[in-house]
Amino acid sequence: MRGLLSIFLLLASVTAAHPEEVVAGLSRDQVAITANFDGSDILVFGAVKREAPIPSSAPLQVIITVSGPKEPVTVRRKDRRLGIWVNTEAIEVDAAPSFYAVATTGPLDEVLTNTDDLRHTITIPRAIRVVGAATGGRSVQEFSDALVRIRQEANLYQQLEGAVNLFEETLFSTRIDLPANLVEGDYKTEIFLTRNGRVVDNHTTIIQVSKVGLERWIYNLAHDRPLIYGLLSLFIAISAGWLASAVFRYIRF
Amino acid sequence: MQIYLPIAEVSVNAFLLLGLGGIVGILSGMFGVGGGFLMTPLLFFIGIPPAVAVATEANQIVASSFSGVLAHFKRKTVDLRMGTVLLIGGLFGAALGVQVFAALKEIGQVDLLVKLCYVVFLGIIGGLMFLESLRAIRRAKSPTKVPQRRKHGLVHALPFKMKFRTSGLYISVIPPLAVGLLVGILAAIMGVGGGFIMVPAMIYLLGMPTKVVVGTSLFQIIFVTAFTTLLHATTNYTVDMALAVLLLVGGVVGAQIGTRIGLRLKAEQLRILLSIMVLAVCGKLAMDLLIEPAELFSIGSEGHN
Repeated sequence: MRGLLSIFLLLASVTAAHPEEVVAGLSRDQVAITANFDGSDILVFGAVKREAPIPSSAPLQVIITVSGPKEPVTVRRKDRRLGIWVNTEAIEVDAAPSFYAVATTGPLDEVLTNTDDLRHTITIPRAIRVVGAATGGRSVQEFSDALVRIRQEANLYQQLEGAVNLFEETLFSTRIDLPANLVEGDYKTEIFLTRNGRVVDNHTTIIQVSKVGLERWIYNLAHDRPLIYGLLSLFIAISAGWLASAVFRYIRF
Repeated sequence: MQIYLPIAEVSVNAFLLLGLGGIVGILSGMFGVGGGFLMTPLLFFIGIPPAVAVATEANQIVASSFSGVLAHFKRKTVDLRMGTVLLIGGLFGAALGVQVFAALKEIGQVDLLVKLCYVVFLGIIGGLMFLESLRAIRRAKSPTKVPQRRKHGLVHALPFKMKFRTSGLYISVIPPLAVGLLVGILAAIMGVGGGFIMVPAMIYLLGMPTKVVVGTSLFQIIFVTAFTTLLHATTNYTVDMALAVLLLVGGVVGAQIGTRIGLRLKAEQLRILLSIMVLAVCGKLAMDLLIEPAELFSIGSEGHN
């Protein structure tokens, strides 16, 4: 009896903590990198499920993030030494997503508080984890800013404020463009509902990005059987060289 | 048509690669060089990661050199004996070069080393060749001057002499071994066959007759670059087969066309054109090092696999 009561209480507390819940869908949960892969886009859509009427306190906001696999990277800075520009200082970034997009219904500083950003690591600078200090006198901040800047220019990091459409505080959707230079792995897609900048509910799904067909085969061969792969590459090169010479001799160009 | 390269993990235009392969192939056929010194910087430029560019370029050079050497075998302009001696030095050099490459990758200076190598070697070779061919052209215009006799220098004073019948030489094996070693190191570090160093070294250092130089150089480049390809494939996993195929299809066709163009030009004209091209690439790379870059920061991936 007591057990039943505690379960009931637990359930009540859960529903109390989440008066609004995300029900979400993706236009696809797999992206296949084929030989002629030229980028892709994903439609993230969903609805807000609620038992009670829409709270009238503050407008509902939606934040959607898509994050590629996280990898350690090194960020280096050039300086002039003896008249030429060489890499001098460097920092190790422990984990930086290979791809990161954050789409919102409004300006980020309005839809999300700093505390909740810290807790859920939503904005681009938060998604990068830097531990340790720079080798020179420069601040770590300068290096992580540079990382964000370079990847933003390559369209790998996208900050899409106002890109999420929200209807009647219930239905939402957005389109995320995945660039052609995509790395394989699990792309974590998260949807956050916020009110007054506080996250009221979130939902996570995974999009699988993987090479298929010839791409898969070549990649696997190169990593599993490097010697055979190397020999095959040479064989192709030699036969192409021979073929070209034979063809040109035949047509006597 | 965009194509996704499985190892480089970037998407590039297939026709751009075919075109690049073709143009570089024509130049390499004309001048008897692998064309790697042009192709590798071009690949950097279109966004191929340097490690993949260097390794894949070695693979492509195998194809274009093989295509070229077949023509030279028919004309009997390959000194197999000299080629073998150069090759022995070359294989040791390639093994050493891959080690140096890996060590510099660790400390993040591989970019600098590759670029410095390019600037220094292209500058020296291009400059020397340019002056020499200018002199040759001037000599051709005033035929009263008698060309100087080849001096008997250090090359003839060293021990371990060997007869190289096709080249008509009787010299020590130490200089060819050293030249091979140097070119092997460069092949691994710079992703080039080293023809642009090998050809002048054979003419000016070893005193080989010009007609056997190109064939012999191509002959040994095939083996050195094949060896480099295998080393890169097994230690760094950076040979991209799809990239190599696109480049070499353009390359082998271009090389055949280039060889035929080359036959119609005079030797001095050919050399002066090559030297201008070498100096142009050198100047471009030197500018990159000397002028403040727009983006001071760069991202290097660490701990791949």
